[in-house]
Amino acid sequence: MSFFFEVLIGGLLSGVMYSLVALGFVLIYKASGVFNFAQGAMVFLAALTFVGLREMGIDFWIAFVITLGVMVVLGLLTERIVLRPLVNQPQITLFMATIGLTFVIEGVAQLVWDSQPHNLDLGIQDVPLPWISDSTGMNISTFDITAAGIAAVLVTSLALFFSRTRIGRALRAVADDHQAALAVGIPLQHIWGIVWAVAGFVALVAGMLWGARNGVQFSLTFLALKALPVLILGGFESVPGAIVGGLIIGAAEKLAEVYIGPMVGGGIEGWFPYVLALLFLLVRPEGLFGEKHIDRV
Amino acid sequence: MSAAATATASPPTTDAATATKVLSVNNIEVIYDHVILVLKGVSLEVAEGRIVALLGANGAGKSTTLKSISNLLSAERGEVTKGTIEFRGKRVDRLTTNELVRMGVCQVMEGRHCFQHLTVEENLLTGAYTRKISRGDLAEALERVYHYFPRLKQRRSSQSGYTSGGEQQMTAIGRALMAKPSMILLDEPSMGLAPQIVEEIFEIVRDLNTKERVSFLLAEQNTMVALRYANYGYILENGRVVMDGDAKGLASNEDVKEFYLGLSTAGRKSFRDVKHYRRRKRWLA
Repeated sequence: MSFFFEVLIGGLLSGVMYSLVALGFVLIYKASGVFNFAQGAMVFLAALTFVGLREMGIDFWIAFVITLGVMVVLGLLTERIVLRPLVNQPQITLFMATIGLTFVIEGVAQLVWDSQPHNLDLGIQDVPLPWISDSTGMNISTFDITAAGIAAVLVTSLALFFSRTRIGRALRAVADDHQAALAVGIPLQHIWGIVWAVAGFVALVAGMLWGARNGVQFSLTFLALKALPVLILGGFESVPGAIVGGLIIGAAEKLAEVYIGPMVGGGIEGWFPYVLALLFLLVRPEGLFGEKHIDRV
Repeated sequence: MSAAATATASPPTTDAATATKVLSVNNIEVIYDHVILVLKGVSLEVAEGRIVALLGANGAGKSTTLKSISNLLSAERGEVTKGTIEFRGKRVDRLTTNELVRMGVCQVMEGRHCFQHLTVEENLLTGAYTRKISRGDLAEALERVYHYFPRLKQRRSSQSGYTSGGEQQMTAIGRALMAKPSMILLDEPSMGLAPQIVEEIFEIVRDLNTKERVSFLLAEQNTMVALRYANYGYILENGRVVMDGDAKGLASNEDVKEFYLGLSTAGRKSFRDVKHYRRRKRWLA
């Protein structure tokens, strides 16, 4: 039984890491109704910039601030160059624009830095927490716990930001109806600028944690695909949904790997989340916490 | 059109005339997508504390006129290519909607456009986005809206997407009120609502007009109701003002009765075919 819990908790904790990536998607989806395909590339750019700065011998926090600055500028530029000319265009147009953006970001990131894998050390060790393994015999990684803690703080503050603040309300208003938001005097440009900047910040946090865990390399961009089942499960426009979705996906894929895997020859961790997402689409297409499409008849 | 030429040449309105004038639209022309000419020289005025109705059939240019004032046109690839718009004596035709709302002009869009997934109260709160005010003042502003729309208070925590059409219209007007405007551009408030609700909404509009001194420019297809509540009216046809006058006069005008109130046995005609009718252009007056 202790083994079961160990797998479960390990899964939940790795799920939190997915949630972090999914959060970035949720933010932009909420404010502009666009699935931002470039989120994975943003994670990659953030991690690469941060690790690059660190390798130049720059202090941790200074590097963090500089990278954050880069991400914010990227967000503002995206709004100015890509989104502003596309106001009131169909969502598919905006989606295509983000695909284009993905390639630009990936290209620029590798041009400025390089395409070698880097190691990123955040000073958090990936070792079992001694007091848990002593008391229960389970191995729970310090790194995972820390990552989960950071994610929890991030999510709580974002959820509060969306529901309680003036800007947060404006963000949700913009997501619901661009034109009406304009009509009440909400400047779309500012809002999109803010939301892309916040998404950049989330990408930075995700990039640092994933980078520290798997190394900073091009495969970070594929995180975007990992976040997809999380989003489908949790709902595209829900911050708590991204978390719950992440937890479910994380736990499910680890448990499936351990308990169902041996029956089919293993290796199901990679695709099991997508099957889960597919089943979910049949039952509840808006996700667990997603906003129901309101139709009046 | 020689009229347009004289209009641009004529001097700006004098001080005596602007004293009571809040909004003046001078001979504007609006083009969508660089090719579609929608407004072909529309001029109108709204005096302080008045309700002015903008009447006309579908596609006459009522909404476009309102949107060119609030500058929501740019999001639809429309552009004011000629003419000027002045609010309290200042040119506003190059301002963004956000700046206009700050100045006190707020549009309530056709079809209500509530934020469906936000609660009624959150909808109202978004209306105060442009005002950086304390929580206390915000609560006070909310109470003011609830005072005029008691029904909204009951439904404050429902998602507005699930409220009735009348309640959504009230939410939309209340949301505009939260910006503390001195002028509201109200587009088609009667659309899709039961006659009784329409009456209720117009009563509130009149209330706001008299008690809060909010001026209204009101686009309506429901000519009868609009003229009953308005002080003055303009009739648009094909992107031109073809007639204007005080509301009572318009309501009793034979042509208006015939074209818009359906009170004639003759077949439908256009103002264009009515020879005896002098097409009034304000800039010639």
